[in-house]
Amino acid sequence: MSTVNQTFASRAESSGSGFFKYASPQTFFPLAGKMIPWFATAAVIFTIVGLYIGFAVAPTDHQQGESYRIIFIHVPAAWMSMFIYLVMAFWSVVGLTLNTRLSSMMATALAPTGAMFTFLALWTGALWGKPTWGTWWVWDARLTSELILLFLYIGFMALQASIDDARRADKAGAVLALVGVVNIPIIYFSVQWWNTLHQGSSVSLTKAPSMAMTMLLGMLIMALASWAYTIAVALCRVRCIMLEREKHTDWVKDYVEKNT
Amino acid sequence: MNWNSWSDFFAMGGYALYVWGSVLMTVILVAGEVIAVRMRRNTVMKLYGRWVRSNRRESNENEA
Repeated sequence: MSTVNQTFASRAESSGSGFFKYASPQTFFPLAGKMIPWFATAAVIFTIVGLYIGFAVAPTDHQQGESYRIIFIHVPAAWMSMFIYLVMAFWSVVGLTLNTRLSSMMATALAPTGAMFTFLALWTGALWGKPTWGTWWVWDARLTSELILLFLYIGFMALQASIDDARRADKAGAVLALVGVVNIPIIYFSVQWWNTLHQGSSVSLTKAPSMAMTMLLGMLIMALASWAYTIAVALCRVRCIMLEREKHTDWVKDYVEKNT
Repeated sequence: MNWNSWSDFFAMGGYALYVWGSVLMTVILVAGEVIAVRMRRNTVMKLYGRWVRSNRRESNENEA
């Protein structure tokens, strides 16, 4: 890193005004703590409403019967698996270029949740594929690229865990996250670019949705639930990471002393 | 309402294994992640709490 970046980052983190004020773990920590209950509550409410619409209100599909109800978990999980990776790559870039510690911590905090949603998308996809396609798994473009996404998340976490120095781990992970981001458009457009067993997207910004309104509504509310859940759990995790990494600072000592 | 009874609901029109298999895995993973994060926080607080207090005691003894 150049000295310009370092002075910039250290100034931003020590004094802090405006947006950069929250780039310092010390100021972000209490803010995150205040935000967690709100997002957690939103996640619970959206999940209850979404599952109610999905499992009680939405009608039976005339082709797939009740098996289609997996959509209310599968699609939000698949969306989140890709979206979290983009956010992770974004914070990695910020961490690399501005040398802000908090950005890298955010990237690290998001990885396990991203991996979880990727696994869920694959798992629910397999359980949906069996009754509708007659197979748990095929090596088609959509499924294979989503599996690669799972390996990218696991690779990111394993790489960071294998490096003792936190800042070096941040940088190595950031490079891996950046290289892997090429996989996201491949997943997204795979159903258009190649002949896949996986169907095309049922929701589009330009066309009218090809599904019943209640089905769409349930799916979107479940997507909101996964957003709120991801924010809440990632903030919880980033707070743990802050405490672990900043344990020698006075603010952590004060916080730990007051809360134990 | 799509369901005539609870058993009708749990049967999921013959797709119980697939639908409930998806729901169950989601519940397990989400609950697991929440518990894991909680445990991580508790461990950190317990460990550092002990460490901070013993440091404080030592510095107090040195001053006295």
